[in-house]
Amino acid sequence: MPNEERKIVLPSQILGDIKSNKAGRGTFIENGKIISEKLGILNANSNFINVTPLEGRYEPTVGDFIIGVVEEALSAGWLVDINAPSPAFLHVNEVPWDIEFGDTEKYLNRGDSIMAKVSQIDELKKFQITLKDRNLYKIKGGHIIEVEPSRVPRIIGKKGSMIALIKKYIRCRIFVGQNGKIWVDGDTESIERVLQTIYKIESEAITFGLTNRIEELLKKDAKDVR
Amino acid sequence: MELDIKLIDDNGKRLDGRSAEELRKIKIEAGVLHRADGSCYLEWGGNKVLAAVYGPREAIPRHTQNPLRAIVNARYNMAAFSVEDRKRPGPDRRSREISKVISEALEKVVLTEHFPRSAIDVNIEVLDAEAGTRCAGLTAAGVALADAGIPMKDIPVACAAGKIAGQVVLDLGKDEDNFGDADLPVAISPRTNEILLLQMDGHLTVEEFNKALDLAIKGCHAASEIQKKAILDKYQSIEGAE
Repeated sequence: MPNEERKIVLPSQILGDIKSNKAGRGTFIENGKIISEKLGILNANSNFINVTPLEGRYEPTVGDFIIGVVEEALSAGWLVDINAPSPAFLHVNEVPWDIEFGDTEKYLNRGDSIMAKVSQIDELKKFQITLKDRNLYKIKGGHIIEVEPSRVPRIIGKKGSMIALIKKYIRCRIFVGQNGKIWVDGDTESIERVLQTIYKIESEAITFGLTNRIEELLKKDAKDVR
Repeated sequence: MELDIKLIDDNGKRLDGRSAEELRKIKIEAGVLHRADGSCYLEWGGNKVLAAVYGPREAIPRHTQNPLRAIVNARYNMAAFSVEDRKRPGPDRRSREISKVISEALEKVVLTEHFPRSAIDVNIEVLDAEAGTRCAGLTAAGVALADAGIPMKDIPVACAAGKIAGQVVLDLGKDEDNFGDADLPVAISPRTNEILLLQMDGHLTVEEFNKALDLAIKGCHAASEIQKKAILDKYQSIEGAE
């Protein structure tokens, strides 16, 4: 978003009126005023006033692709840490394998990582995830790193432009989880370079013209461009 | 009370040269710790306070979980070297009380209903103490919570007022606290002026109390401006680094 003004707002800052605008994400209404509830960047979108958070835990949304680490195998499923305020539940019916009751440990155990999708969130914020979708499976090999969940959109880029860029210049496989966990696979040198690039994107996430700078950086020591 | 020292001199100046309605110097820096989700370092006169926020995360032990909202666990702790005589480390009656009142004050501003069954941990570490550490701690906790990206209705802020040498003054220093007549720490939500914490040590008449409360709220608003600037500064410095 070149030259578009990015305004940082603080919690308790008054952003507008409910008469002229609608309260979007990251805001609440009090006495007819729309007020920011967290530290973030203001963006107004067709009458809605939203605050995109700068920091904070991952807030799951149905349909998000995420990477989780199994915390505990229960008799009817698993508890999976997905970086959210509470662990998510993966039911035995939501995995592609045919599991007999109580046999959950044979398939996934404490410490295993999985790529999954958030399938359900109920009113009490209990999260359910599933492995029944394309490209979702237990992770074998590779490297998992963690970044600030609020930076994930920048790492993916507009319509995946940033990820496409990394894949273009470095031979590797990447899966970016919406919860800030990123899986990278390839040879040692490529992984090292991908990690460096991702950390750079993360630390400069709120600056302008980032995609171009990253491209230059990647071009400089690119070996085989595909 | 018979005193050797004069808390207010003939010109109306206090021991450290401040006037009756003047705050001590406040310096705040947000995001100083990398392992914590949010953090803040604050200097308030001679007080040095570090606050770190973790969460929201699953509340452990499980019986403390509230199925409808998050719980806020503030932990106020004074370092052994923070006072003149060594303070015996570990929680004591005083620090447990302060932890409790700060937890309750923060719970009022955090939108806890967003995170059922979870806990938000706030650690407040007093490195150097010079009267008014609970106010300094709560003010630092407010900045650290905002820095952690936790949704809240307001950034809480605290400030004390008191009575020394028969006069109501703002923000007591160490000797003023020890030899003064009363101390009144107040925490507010600056947008609505709601009171989140109010304690009193010593005696005040109703008129003195009202005057001290007004003065403390004024002090809170001044401190609140410094808090907000500190949070914005953290991000302006990144943007400016281009």
